Amino acid sequence: MSKLGNLGARLHRGEVSYDFIGKRKIWYGVSILITITAILGLAVRGLNMGIDFQGGAVFTTPTKMSASVAQVEKYAHDAAGHEAVVQKLGNGSLRIQIAGLDTAKSDQVKQTLAKDLKLDPERLNADLVGPSWGEQIANKAWQGLAIFMVLVVIYLAIAFEWRMAVAALVALIHDITITVGIYALVGFEVTPGTVIGLLTILGYSLYDTVVVFDSLKEQTKDITKQTRFTYSDIANHSINSTLVRSINTTVVALLPVAGLLFIGGGFLGAGTLNDISLSLFVGLAAGAYSSIFIATPLVADLKEREPAMKALRKRVMAKRAQAAAGEAQGESRSATGEPSDGAAPAVVGPRDQSVTRNRGRGRPSGKRR
Amino acid sequence: MAAPKKGRGASAQSKPGRSLVLILIAIVAMTGGMFLAGHTTPRLGIDLAGGTSITLKAKADQGSAINKANMDTAVDIMNRRVNGLGVSEAEVQTQGDDHIIVNIPKGTNSKEAQQQVGTTAKLYFRPVLASEPSGGAAPKPSPSTSSGASGSPSPAASPSGDQKATSPSGAPSPNATATSQGRAVSDALKADATPSPAGSASAKSSGAPAKPSPTPSANADAAKLQAQYAALDCTKPAERAKVGKAGKPGEPTVACGEIDKVWYKYVLGPAAVDGTEVKNAKAVFDTQGASGWQVQMNFTSSGAKKFADITGELAKNQQPQNEFGIVLDGDVVSSPYVQQAITGGQAEISGRFTQEEAQSLANMLSYGALPLSFQEETVTTVTAALGGEQLKAGLLAGAIGLVLVVIYLVAYYRGLSLVAMASLLVSAILTYVIMSLLGPAIGFALNLPAVCGAIVAIGITADSFIVYFERIRDEIREGRSLRPAVERAWPRARRTILVSDFVSFLAAAVLFIVTVGKVQGFAFTLGLTTVLDVVVVFFFTKPLMTLLARRRFFADGHKWSGLDPRSLGAKPPLRRTRRPSGPTTGPVDPKGA
Repeated sequence: MSKLGNLGARLHRGEVSYDFIGKRKIWYGVSILITITAILGLAVRGLNMGIDFQGGAVFTTPTKMSASVAQVEKYAHDAAGHEAVVQKLGNGSLRIQIAGLDTAKSDQVKQTLAKDLKLDPERLNADLVGPSWGEQIANKAWQGLAIFMVLVVIYLAIAFEWRMAVAALVALIHDITITVGIYALVGFEVTPGTVIGLLTILGYSLYDTVVVFDSLKEQTKDITKQTRFTYSDIANHSINSTLVRSINTTVVALLPVAGLLFIGGGFLGAGTLNDISLSLFVGLAAGAYSSIFIATPLVADLKEREPAMKALRKRVMAKRAQAAAGEAQGESRSATGEPSDGAAPAVVGPRDQSVTRNRGRGRPSGKRR
Repeated sequence: MAAPKKGRGASAQSKPGRSLVLILIAIVAMTGGMFLAGHTTPRLGIDLAGGTSITLKAKADQGSAINKANMDTAVDIMNRRVNGLGVSEAEVQTQGDDHIIVNIPKGTNSKEAQQQVGTTAKLYFRPVLASEPSGGAAPKPSPSTSSGASGSPSPAASPSGDQKATSPSGAPSPNATATSQGRAVSDALKADATPSPAGSASAKSSGAPAKPSPTPSANADAAKLQAQYAALDCTKPAERAKVGKAGKPGEPTVACGEIDKVWYKYVLGPAAVDGTEVKNAKAVFDTQGASGWQVQMNFTSSGAKKFADITGELAKNQQPQNEFGIVLDGDVVSSPYVQQAITGGQAEISGRFTQEEAQSLANMLSYGALPLSFQEETVTTVTAALGGEQLKAGLLAGAIGLVLVVIYLVAYYRGLSLVAMASLLVSAILTYVIMSLLGPAIGFALNLPAVCGAIVAIGITADSFIVYFERIRDEIREGRSLRPAVERAWPRARRTILVSDFVSFLAAAVLFIVTVGKVQGFAFTLGLTTVLDVVVVFFFTKPLMTLLARRRFFADGHKWSGLDPRSLGAKPPLRRTRRPSGPTTGPVDPKGA
């Protein structure tokens, strides 16, 4: 079995675990840093909106052009500094659309283009075009998003609880901000494809968070009936036990996109695909990351403020102190990842404590897996 | 979630064969349908396959100038008309000051699209002041001969039963039946909106010879209108085009209309209700009457009131002044007569429509009239916006990515990866077939963002298997043998899959309902792949797993099966009881998940 398979077994048994909750402040910090960078990038550089959003210029060449579409695309890009959309029309002429040109700039580009194409500038027809992604499409999209956000928060609040809904929303905003920020920083043109990519990410980010929350909810169901683990302990174990799933899913989701981005965009020069695959790549990675490092610790944070959970924490702490005093051996085991627990029965929560004390009491919550 | 109890096996395990057969039949049936229908590839969007580009030039209309606001409104309306369902991926944009470009993907009915974007769709309800069949340069004394020039029968002999203005049955208002039978030449000509009793008194009954003798009027406009009416020959397209454009909504006008292949000419009063008062419209098939396809409109509340008022007025008059003309872009599409005031805010337009015509008219009325009228300037084909080479590079890259996914799955899941890959394959086939079938059905077109959505869907679909596989492995680590592990893992995996897919589906549903254009198209793809994910996991992956659990290769935990208890690190004390007969599964977990 592969190493990852072993890791799965060891995570399951609790031999290996990473203290996601305990180190949450570090990860919060990392996220805040990235988010601030993204927002700064957005504020300073702004988004480079494509022709579909801001309109631009369209040039129509005479019929019987010798230059190929790819050549013209290159000429247009060099002349205007923007990605150009070149289409062949039925009568053999070419339609060249370039974003972000006003009348003055368009004249300049027209001269350059005509020279590149060895044409009389008079024969190159130039015109300004409006956006095809009209305001109405954008407005309706925002409206749809707002309604969806409200509904999904209500749904999560009912299916899970409001704390999880809040955490999922924070994770979602985190992912979207990072992705949009990357766009501003890299300077890729924003196309309708980008927007669709962002929406895809929105769906994926929530999906991934919900999968992780589902495990959390399952494992914390009977939390008040035991006194061995605090909410954070269980949340941490929950993340660790779904970690293999999270890694596998992320790898499977990212590989095709990575292929598109690095191989397609990098080596094969599929320029137009770059923007979509970049937004997907960054977004998917952020989505997977935020479910584990942001959303779940946030739920634990919120949950620990609840009186019942505070009381539980108190009981757990009292019990641990008592156990530590009474049973020195138990203390030595509390470090995570002791290989000596290998043969212990499976339980929810950090393995360590349960090894010594679990056998009798651990049944109710301990036998879920 | 209740875990399957000790009674596992009986019901849960007898079904897998059936589910698998069911989904295979579904695949074969749909694939067969796809080949039968002759649409073996999904329709591609304009960015991938190119299409038709229509350039329209705006013409200044009465009262509306060609400015940016009007052009933008026109673009929005056209966009909604051609993207009725939001999945056809047509693009509409302005060019220069007074042009609009409409790009329609290959394989769309471009004739229909041309008509949809080019039609202004200004709708008016005008009272009919006079009407007669039009055939010659001037109306002949007798209507029975007046239509001789066009070779059509006299109005008396040509009852057109499709002329009706009815409140749909079930509406609170009484039905007003209508017929154009008895359409008579009227000599009543008035500039007034409300036909006067004097005017209607002079109207003759059907078939009776009648001379157009104008009621004396001091109004010069009326005389001019009368002259216009007398001179009008609706059988000539040039005259029709001219007359259709002239009418201002606030003034009486002359108009033409073709009813039962006979051209009629009308004198119409000022518009009483107009298209902006139409709240929505839909095409319905008249199952009771014989009028076939018609367009049913719901008025806004103010429109409903106006409509009730005008029909109430009209009902007092005699033929033809109890008729109202439904005027679309200057042409009278139908002129039903009224017997009673029609309240209830509904009206129908019938006029021998085909289904497509009725639907496209309903579509246009729902989205409103264009603020300007447009003239088609050029219609030409365009190639894909994405270069073919780039697309090939992209597809190749995507394929390489998929191969990497397969390698990863095999390395990690060994034998289980067969289940994963088979499920992904089934999912891919279903997606492809459904997208192909939806092309002709609802105009679905696959564009680049949709392709990317499908690539991300690989991740979401694979996640469902991964969640399930990890659950099974956890069960095996607990020391269960494979068959109970497969059954016990399912309810929990199922809940996770349903809860998370519901979120995706919610996103898709909300976006599909609320948004327009490309976002709507995306929402459709997302919803489709989400539903397919659930279908595949429930009807394919789970049954397949159940079946495979019976194979010795998997059940005995062969080291290439991906379910080898030793390498998974199952608990030693329970490992010896992993034969299906093992009694341990019951007592170990009385509570379930």
